[in-house]
Amino acid sequence: MTQSASGMFRTGIRKFASAPLSAQLGTIVIAIYVLTALFAPVLAPYGEAEIVGSQFQTWSSSFWLGTDNLGRDMFTRLIYGARNTIGIAILTTCLSFSIGIAAGLAAATLGKWLDQALSRLVDVLMAIPQLIFALLLLSMFGTSIPSLIAVIAFLDSTRVFRLTRALSINVAVTDYVEAARLRGEGLLWIMKNEILPNIIPVLIAEFGLRFCFVFLLISGLSFLGLGIQPPTADWGSMVRDSAALITYGDVTPLLPAGAIVMLTVAVNLVVDWFLHTASGLKED
Amino acid sequence: MNQTSTQPEPDRLLEITKLRIEATIIPPGERPQNIALVDGVSLILERGKVLGLIGESGAGKSTLGLASLGYVRGGVRITGGEVLLNGQDVLKKSTRGLRALRGRTVCYVAQSAAAAFNPAHRLMDQVVEASVLHKVMTRREAEGRAVSLFRKLGLPGPESIGNRFPHQVSGGQLQRVMTAMALCSEPDLIVFDEPTTALDVTTQIEVLAAIRDAIRDTDVAAIYITHDLAVVAQIADDIMVLRNGGLVERGTTEEIIVNPKEKYTQALVSVHHIDHEMKDFGDTAPILSVEGLTAGYGGGQVTVLQNVSMDLHPGETLAVVGESGSGKSTLARVITGLLAPFSGSIHFEGRVLAPGIALRSKEDLRQLQMIYQMADVAMNPRQTVATIIGRPLEFYFGIRGAERNRRVAELLEKIELKKDLANRFPSELSGGQKQRVCIARALAAKPKLIVCDEVTSALDPLVANGILTLLLQLQRDEGVAYLFITHDLATVRSIADSISVMYRGEVVRQGAKAEVLAPPYDAYTDLLLSSVPEMKIGWLDQAISSRRMESAGN
Repeated sequence: MTQSASGMFRTGIRKFASAPLSAQLGTIVIAIYVLTALFAPVLAPYGEAEIVGSQFQTWSSSFWLGTDNLGRDMFTRLIYGARNTIGIAILTTCLSFSIGIAAGLAAATLGKWLDQALSRLVDVLMAIPQLIFALLLLSMFGTSIPSLIAVIAFLDSTRVFRLTRALSINVAVTDYVEAARLRGEGLLWIMKNEILPNIIPVLIAEFGLRFCFVFLLISGLSFLGLGIQPPTADWGSMVRDSAALITYGDVTPLLPAGAIVMLTVAVNLVVDWFLHTASGLKED
Repeated sequence: MNQTSTQPEPDRLLEITKLRIEATIIPPGERPQNIALVDGVSLILERGKVLGLIGESGAGKSTLGLASLGYVRGGVRITGGEVLLNGQDVLKKSTRGLRALRGRTVCYVAQSAAAAFNPAHRLMDQVVEASVLHKVMTRREAEGRAVSLFRKLGLPGPESIGNRFPHQVSGGQLQRVMTAMALCSEPDLIVFDEPTTALDVTTQIEVLAAIRDAIRDTDVAAIYITHDLAVVAQIADDIMVLRNGGLVERGTTEEIIVNPKEKYTQALVSVHHIDHEMKDFGDTAPILSVEGLTAGYGGGQVTVLQNVSMDLHPGETLAVVGESGSGKSTLARVITGLLAPFSGSIHFEGRVLAPGIALRSKEDLRQLQMIYQMADVAMNPRQTVATIIGRPLEFYFGIRGAERNRRVAELLEKIELKKDLANRFPSELSGGQKQRVCIARALAAKPKLIVCDEVTSALDPLVANGILTLLLQLQRDEGVAYLFITHDLATVRSIADSISVMYRGEVVRQGAKAEVLAPPYDAYTDLLLSSVPEMKIGWLDQAISSRRMESAGN
């Protein structure tokens, strides 16, 4: 519990060294993405929305990956896209997990009518196709970034709720939770100290998976024009904006799509490994 | 039909020589290391004989027993020695060769029949499967044999019981069906892996007698694995005592029981002899007084407890005895406030205890603590020992930081554990250590009453003995009263001051230990008392012939 920062760093290194090659590869890819996102202004040769040339220029020494439909540098926008898309996706996933875990824990520990009410509400929400529902809500609330985050987090939290509730119910019936109740502990304390530590490994693994879905959903919405709005760069709308080029045999539109694919695969590789070790922990 | 009869030594069925079985374990924070589960053990089993393998958990007895089927559990490897069955080395056989062997020449009876049967198939299909697949007999012949085995094993309705599903028969019956399954293909050898451990004492004796008669009548050889020396003494010709994967002592049953040579065996034989002076609490006011308690589940549809009354004095140990389904655990749930009773009252130190936890004061909760049967699930696997024991100190007394750590160390000393265990997680403790930590957790609250729910039944006899001695010691030091729930009368004899015998939710006999355990007995107490295995050859026949009543499980 009271491990020092350097100790945690060392265990991190050791864990990384003992991980399978696929997970190491995934970790490296994710690290590159994160660094790109953090240092975007330093890495990018031009400004994010700066029009630097004519439309649809080909790859050249001044524009490494050419320009888009408005004459903005493709490479610059690809780098800023990492920042915007990943940043929003992480925020959204965090929010969705906060809502889902809180509601799931409450449903599992308080039970009875609250559990019924929340579970049925989630059933109703999950019965409507997520993308259609998101489109509907976004056209109602407008397509600002806060409403984008709120809507996707809300819709995605239903999945987190289901998982948290299922995991917590298993833990809530154990003798050690009963012992805590007999001691007279409050429900919040029981949730935080007895239940949460036992379900967190699975939830972290799920976080990785859900992050991918959120990321894809945001990209998808942007491609449809309801996600991140121009001139903010993001990979989904970049695919849309330069999609016409593909008919001329130009691979440029595939680059943002490829960036999405690579990140998704990398996250999944790491999550697979994490889920494996997490389930191993539960066995002993 | 039997080709094996042409072997050079036909009476030597199984011969295991210098068997070594290893597993790789990964201790937390350390490098993986190989440990030997079975280390150079040899044994010879003759046709028609029964060999008892005895030892505590981790002794390697199950691993050794399974090796005679050429089987090892996942992550475990056989690294040396040989296992000759009918003169052929089982370990050198291919998967196909093993498949021809298992279920035909060697059969296995698992500890938990409930977990070993497939719940989706009828019993008869599972009983005859091996015989039919090995083409030992036709399905019709196999079913005929199964029915005759059911009859021999004393199962009710032998003609029709095969049509039932596993969940439709009781635990004791299921264990007998499993024995029938093993006997059905007329094997040469059966490995019984703790077949009666999960059963009630009253049921255990019946299953034990059924197994013994079936072995005797079919002339099959058997390896009988158990941790209970008194049980194996009734059934085995020879006994091998194992410890930590090695052989401690081997001899005929009589040699081991009457005249054990090794110290460890002597300890096993003399277990359960704790000298406990019975205390008298004639006129003192009771600390806990239960009156006319009726309780159950499903909003009054199922009544488990009926009009139960009992008194418990400060510093007294009241043992509540009964088999599963007698309502003793429900009684504990009502007293601790986990379940509200339908009617009746609970007085604690003269004041009325509220029916639910939420309604009780923190002080009431503190003075009434509980210790569970399964210590490993009664502790949060993600908390260290210090956190587990320290929490009641923080919660009830507001003791934190260095003072808390000092008190934790004190408590660890009290339960006879080393101080450096404080930073371990429950998974890094042995079964006995876990239960001790649970005791320390209860003790940390400085309670006046501790409800002990079957606290020793999941432990090996020697370890259980240590726990009981500790509990008695703590009672002398702290003056705490115990409500001791158990099905094990041997435990009761060692620890109780007074006894309540429960049967189907009612108290059938109650009083001081000397009175309850002295004749004349009522029918149920007699059944319970006569079912406790005694370390005596021939006890089983005597007990069976003198029984007056069928067990509740039948």
